[in-house]
Amino acid sequence: MDTSRLKAYWRMNLTYVGILLIIWFTVSYGFSILFVNQLDQVRFAGFKLGFWFAQQGSIYVFVLLIFVYVFLMNRLDRKFGVAEKQGDR
Amino acid sequence: MGIQAWTYTLVFLSFALYIGIAIRSRAKSTSDFYVAGNDVSPLANGMATAADWMSAASFISMAGLISFMGRDGSVYLLGWTGGYVLLALLLAPYLRKFGKFTVPDFVGERYYSQAARLVAVVCAIFISFTYVAGQMRGVGVVFSRFLEVDITVGVIIGMAIVFFYAVIGGMKGITYTQVAQYCVLIFAYMVPAIFISILLTGNVIPQFGFGSSLADGSGTYLLDKLDQLNRDLGFHAYTSGTKGTLDVFCITAALMVGTAGLPHVIIRFFTVRKVRDARLSAGYALLFIAILYTTAPAVAAFARTNFINTIHNTPYSEAPQWFKNWQKTGLLDWEDKNSDGVMQYFGDTGEQSASQQNEITVDRDIIVLANPEIAKLPNWVIALVAAGGLAAALSTAAGLLLVISTSISHDLLKKVLMPKITERQELLYARLAAGAAVIIAGYFGINPPGFVAQVVAFAFGLAASSFFPIIILGIFYKRMNKEGAIAGMVTGILFTASYIIYFKFINPTANNSENWLFGISPEGIGSLGMLINVTVALLVSKVTPAPPEEIQKMIEDIRIPGSASETV
Repeated sequence: MDTSRLKAYWRMNLTYVGILLIIWFTVSYGFSILFVNQLDQVRFAGFKLGFWFAQQGSIYVFVLLIFVYVFLMNRLDRKFGVAEKQGDR
Repeated sequence: MGIQAWTYTLVFLSFALYIGIAIRSRAKSTSDFYVAGNDVSPLANGMATAADWMSAASFISMAGLISFMGRDGSVYLLGWTGGYVLLALLLAPYLRKFGKFTVPDFVGERYYSQAARLVAVVCAIFISFTYVAGQMRGVGVVFSRFLEVDITVGVIIGMAIVFFYAVIGGMKGITYTQVAQYCVLIFAYMVPAIFISILLTGNVIPQFGFGSSLADGSGTYLLDKLDQLNRDLGFHAYTSGTKGTLDVFCITAALMVGTAGLPHVIIRFFTVRKVRDARLSAGYALLFIAILYTTAPAVAAFARTNFINTIHNTPYSEAPQWFKNWQKTGLLDWEDKNSDGVMQYFGDTGEQSASQQNEITVDRDIIVLANPEIAKLPNWVIALVAAGGLAAALSTAAGLLLVISTSISHDLLKKVLMPKITERQELLYARLAAGAAVIIAGYFGINPPGFVAQVVAFAFGLAASSFFPIIILGIFYKRMNKEGAIAGMVTGILFTASYIIYFKFINPTANNSENWLFGISPEGIGSLGMLINVTVALLVSKVTPAPPEEIQKMIEDIRIPGSASETV
């Protein structure tokens, strides 16, 4: 594969990772730590929102982020033809 | 059947299962022993990683810690799950493509340096030993409480089981026993949680019960009730925090980055067939971990409510049986300070009058173990918790022992000291090293150095300030060279280790927020150590020569899943 395509593949990879990590940072450090008291003013069911993010919501988002990453990268690998072949070790 | 008969039955059955699996999956080559022959399916690896990761601390201690810390306990929930996002996005796929056996392998080859490899070996062994001692201790505690055998006997039984499948099966045996152990431990965790959620809130799913109103018909939300109880007794409100924001931030970061840098977790991603499997299995791993980690805070809140309601203002003569059972272990106690024969439980933030003296001392670790008894659940559920705790401790211990054994046989002997040994000899040394490591770990389990708990902060801090930044830079920054990497690792570790040693061992009386650097506790200092590591590495690499051509080629190669030559 020529280097320009390799570079394009890597740039897309970094873009995906960058966006996903911004979300990761926002829910964990943002919602659950830095702005937890502000979010706690909002309530749903028996939870204060900030507390819910700190003890429940962030973890759900983390799981989702990895599966989105898996989906995006598999699509990217196919698009650039760099996916592993069958039986490729 | 009584609790003990049930416990013996369940523990025996689960042990028989692990041994059966171990015999079926014997390691025949070093590749089997180190990375299970690269032949583990993503789903199986996800479960194995979850069991590998969730230790006695996750299973036994975490809900108890949160129960007493309230919102401050979120650092463990966030830190020990958020690290998997880093692992999945930044490490796992590339290390799988690199395709060697150990973490020091990567460090040594990427930085074309035996010195870098040796620093990595020392870190890996130190991190793993501190961690494994705690697991063995957990095994001993479960045995002594539930089977009423001596802690020493408990540790020896645990050692024998781990010895069996780690030495015979290596990574292959460990992987498939970990799959079974995950099933045992998650079942054991969820059953009591679901029971208690139904009893307390009428909701079958603990994660929802956590935010529901109480089943007593009052219409009050569980968490509001708990805030109220906590405040009335002079504790801070359950859903509010007391720690400084920067400290919480740093502890969370150190735990996250430490998680992603722990060698026994990283090494699991070497065992799958392909890069895409490594990505997917990281997703499965966190999914399986999240089942326990989203239940734990619910369990913590339920247990806290039940504990206060059953204990506070109850005459000792009417104290439930479990209270007296746990009193015998010394982990729970009552001292009748005002001699009224009634148990009073108070925190220290209320105004202290003669009528507000706390009479209860309680060890946080008993919360999960005693929870089913507190909620009056059937005997088999109580016994299940013992089997689950053992599964959690044994699975983690096995993963750690493997790291120790491969670091010695592969990185130290084969790659540095005795490069001429054959594969058969290397496999023999791997087994010997695993056996020796089990015995040393058992010794620390029986005679725990008084500082096991403090030392855990060490393991995470060191992983955060040594491996994580160096691996990330190695993948994402082609220009990083061996001089930068070694300088970064060494300064990162020295800074973190001396900070922790100073506050934990040399001058423990100064261990409070007034003396801490920027108000960061020793638990959180690893995140600063990581920044120092990165800064030093970048500066040093700027003024020293770029890495050789073939290393830069190798980095380009690990960045794509397939091989570059095939994909014209």
